[in-house]
Amino acid sequence: MVSTHPLVEARDLTKVYPARGSTPEFRAVDGIDFALERGESFGLLGPNGAGKSTTMRMIAATSPISGGSLRVLGMDPMKQGPEIRARLGVVTQDDHLDNELTVRENLHIYGRYFGLPRAVIRERATRLLDFAQLQEKAGDQVETLSGGMRRRLTIARSLINEPDILLLDEPTTGLDPQARHILWDRLFQLKQQGVTLILTTHYMDEAEQLCDRLVVVDHGRIVAQGSPQELIHRYATREVLELRFRLDERDTAAEKLRTSVLATGGTDAEGRVELLPDRVLVYTADGEAALATVHAMSLTPLTALVRRATLEDVFLKLTGRSLIE
Amino acid sequence: MTTVAVPAWTRRRALALIERNFMIYRRSVTPLLNALVEPILYLLSIGVGVGMLVGTVPGVDVPYAAYVGPAILATTAMNTAFNQTSFGVFIRMRVEKTYEAILPTPLSVTDIAVGEVTSAMINGLLTSIGFLTLMAVGGLVTSAWVLLALPASLLISYAFAAGGLAVTTYLRDFPDFQYIQLFMLPMYLFATTFYPLSVYPEAVRPLIQALPLYHSIELVREPALGHLSWDLLIPVAYLLAFGSVAMYVATRRMTRAMLR
Repeated sequence: MVSTHPLVEARDLTKVYPARGSTPEFRAVDGIDFALERGESFGLLGPNGAGKSTTMRMIAATSPISGGSLRVLGMDPMKQGPEIRARLGVVTQDDHLDNELTVRENLHIYGRYFGLPRAVIRERATRLLDFAQLQEKAGDQVETLSGGMRRRLTIARSLINEPDILLLDEPTTGLDPQARHILWDRLFQLKQQGVTLILTTHYMDEAEQLCDRLVVVDHGRIVAQGSPQELIHRYATREVLELRFRLDERDTAAEKLRTSVLATGGTDAEGRVELLPDRVLVYTADGEAALATVHAMSLTPLTALVRRATLEDVFLKLTGRSLIE
Repeated sequence: MTTVAVPAWTRRRALALIERNFMIYRRSVTPLLNALVEPILYLLSIGVGVGMLVGTVPGVDVPYAAYVGPAILATTAMNTAFNQTSFGVFIRMRVEKTYEAILPTPLSVTDIAVGEVTSAMINGLLTSIGFLTLMAVGGLVTSAWVLLALPASLLISYAFAAGGLAVTTYLRDFPDFQYIQLFMLPMYLFATTFYPLSVYPEAVRPLIQALPLYHSIELVREPALGHLSWDLLIPVAYLLAFGSVAMYVATRRMTRAMLR
């Protein structure tokens, strides 16, 4: 019988680090609610320090919760940590591969930590090396691997116990674009196979590619949730006009735009102007029309770009700042 | 949902960590051989060299080297085990972050502690076997009871591995290892390794007898010299208690530090 319970269910989940010496108390996670269904691909989105990693660690039963309730696979992480961890795959932010061992040995010993028989591990390791495109590196020390390879090995390692849920904490941070695309492809493949993914990211393109549903967190709280498309629809306009000005013109231009029809909406009910350190964003249903308005105001931007709204814009709208600072 | 009996698993899970350490030794036994270099140097320079001048220890009718040998064997077990859970664990904890990868697996922090201490005990036993073999080859074995040194080395390794683990949880950075050396080296030199307790004035003896190495040496040296008595239960009890208190402190502090 298929369980109707959510795979992960958090109610008013809280994590407080008590004051220590001169460091004041810190509420890393401040009362969040969410539920995750089987087969879903779920993203926690937010800037550094928003509470994403802490939430992940609580789900992974490696960080005790401070308040609220959390059920993972129908179990209590505070009491059944080992049983929960036996069914999870975890990819932490840093790789933490075992540098004293080879690529294949890393898979082997990880399987042993899960109490798997050697024969089972041998068979899975071969398959996972294939999946991670590391067959030729099997006998190499992990120190010789590139960043992208290390990441793929970390993911392969987390799959050794054929987990019900795979948790990925910023899986592509620090990778070059090519390595990121290979990784996304692998993760998408897992998603297709029905593996439930939970991932944190501050890359919008990553969230759009991999997540069915997103929770946007800031300062330990949920500020919005929905599918990527829903969030864009709800919190951003269809198009965005990005303008760059000469340094000496920037402030006056920004001020003019802020008080213009573009900022107050006018015909465009959701129109809005955001000032960023290096550019001005005009949110609008029609970017070309907005640009015409800008020219009519006799402003001369150095560059003007009309683009589709993205999750980055959603985040900016919700928190007033950009994701990567 | 059935509940799994956690204690039974725990012992089995800790085995995986022992397997990890042996995967590394399978590639190279150099670390174990290195652990034998220092005791051999002490045995040759002090046991044999200084022994030429000493002759015999009053009340003991074996050559000086045969008197010092068992004590150095005890220090070999001590250092092997202690180094693995102090320096070794510190590196795995802070530099290599080995445990960060293990925490999301079913292993608990207690499993990690038990696994590290157990593999340190195995290493302590292995280096003790190595050293005892060298002693035998050098003609320094005077009683068959010296074989009791092997179970004794396991107990010594347990006490010092647990102690090392507990101390490691207090270390902030590498320079702090100097403080450990500040305790370990004097203990090595003064805990009756090179002369009997009777050398000390009455008032100082309890201080020496409070040291874990003193009891470790008693436990190896007495049988090695053919002296068997119920008094040997004192060092056994001391080392068991010392190790268990240290183990308790270590697992508590590691759990608090690692499960944040």
